[in-house]
Amino acid sequence: MPTKIEKDAVTGQETTGHEWDGVKELNNPLPKWWLWTFYATIVFGVAWMVIYPSLPGWKGSSGWVAREAVVADVAAAQAANAPMMARLREATPAQIAADPELRAFALAGGRVAFANNCAACHGAGGQGAVGGFPALVDDDWLWGGSLDAIEATIRHGIRTAEDADARNSAMPRFGLDGMLTNNQIGDVAEFVLWMTGRATHAAETERGRVIYAEQCAACHGATGEGNRELGVPRLSDQVWLYGSTKQDVMAMVRNPRMGVMPAWQGRLDPAVINMLTVYVHALGGGE
Amino acid sequence: MFRWLRDHGIIERNLVLMGVLTLITVSIGGLVQIVPLFAVETTIERVSGVRPYTPLEQVGRDIYVREGCYTCHSQMIRPFRDELERYGHYSLAAESMYDHPFQWGSKRTGPDLARVGGRYSDDWQAAHLRSPRALVPGSVMPPYAFLDRPLDYRDIQDRMRALRAVGVPYTDEMIANARADLEAQARPDADPTGFQSRYARARQGAFDGDPVRVTEMDALVAYLQMLGTLVDFRDVTPAQLRQP
Repeated sequence: MPTKIEKDAVTGQETTGHEWDGVKELNNPLPKWWLWTFYATIVFGVAWMVIYPSLPGWKGSSGWVAREAVVADVAAAQAANAPMMARLREATPAQIAADPELRAFALAGGRVAFANNCAACHGAGGQGAVGGFPALVDDDWLWGGSLDAIEATIRHGIRTAEDADARNSAMPRFGLDGMLTNNQIGDVAEFVLWMTGRATHAAETERGRVIYAEQCAACHGATGEGNRELGVPRLSDQVWLYGSTKQDVMAMVRNPRMGVMPAWQGRLDPAVINMLTVYVHALGGGE
Repeated sequence: MFRWLRDHGIIERNLVLMGVLTLITVSIGGLVQIVPLFAVETTIERVSGVRPYTPLEQVGRDIYVREGCYTCHSQMIRPFRDELERYGHYSLAAESMYDHPFQWGSKRTGPDLARVGGRYSDDWQAAHLRSPRALVPGSVMPPYAFLDRPLDYRDIQDRMRALRAVGVPYTDEMIANARADLEAQARPDADPTGFQSRYARARQGAFDGDPVRVTEMDALVAYLQMLGTLVDFRDVTPAQLRQP
């Protein structure tokens, strides 16, 4: 409680009038720089509230809206790329691949779009992953590796319910639906191993050969060559989507796993799909 | 300057005056936070397609909260060009109006998940949850392989009733059929008619790869695959979203 305001003899400064056990408090003013910064923040706050939509019902004198600003921002960026994107949209992937200027642009843009949309499943470099995520850097294609085939796969996806043109096929659940017994599945898996020279049991292989001819050859081909029309994997090579051991093969015959890829048309600009097509085609396995 | 501050002693000596002035000061702070909430309805955009979560998605969402996914993943695409180009359309208030609590998050150790739905296959989601580094070598996400255990959904109807109490428009029919709907969504071979009539365009599937068992993985993947897919943004403009 200020009772006795006096001048301090040593500093010449007024005291606050507070005194505790003979100790008096000097009434030093706040530093000027601090005080004026403080006033400036108040002025800034008031100005900000006037200019921007700060209160319910107040739209701000500038009329600035974050959502409209970002649309303008995106539009400006799109306008900068518009001439190139229009050409990429109208050209077929084959035409883009043949035109050096378009191809260079598509490879650069495709790399970015691939990193954002495709790399999670197919790997950052298109190397794929075990468990049904095919590599895109090799020449082993499930649904075809031509520019047109790649474009169709990206556009419509694989086994997606929401796209009627999606690539679609299904392998019967030989085990789960009781079409083959467990022994028969073991035999046919042994025969599948035999195709790549890995069979260890001759009798099983021979029994499996008969079952294979009856049940599997229609899609996978008499010599296990596969069928790209239906996305049927080749069995006579060393590339395995879901693992190469006998147990892996038996699991696939019992309850096959069939990969799903989203349809990207609708999510991505047609020009981006074209760029991705050219990029994936150029990864190493393009036909 | 400010000599009148020296008269502060008047306030300090008068308990009633001090009490009244304190009340006024504190209530300004309170009102600034509370009054805007009276207008919260006007911040929810009028877009079609947003529906309450299906029972399976809702349980999946509870697992998402239980495992603390929000500590590393946001569900809030801000209106900046870099975010739009990576994740898609900016998030709307309407898209989380049935979230209690919302999962906007405030930190991104992993990517934003507001529009992760449909971006990858069910297989990928399940495989990635089981072993993130098998698919994304540089990932620091912990593995969640234990989610392949049976889902406990005995209390699903209670959960839905609780959500209805705070404003989620679950109907009596939805609550009565909750368990059947939950099982139908996780089993692609189940009859979809009743389920589809209650939850428009909800997708059925063997989310964890097993069409028979209903696991926690089923629930979480079903939830993730729905995120950000409810509103069709093809014809939406900012002007339409603006409230009158």
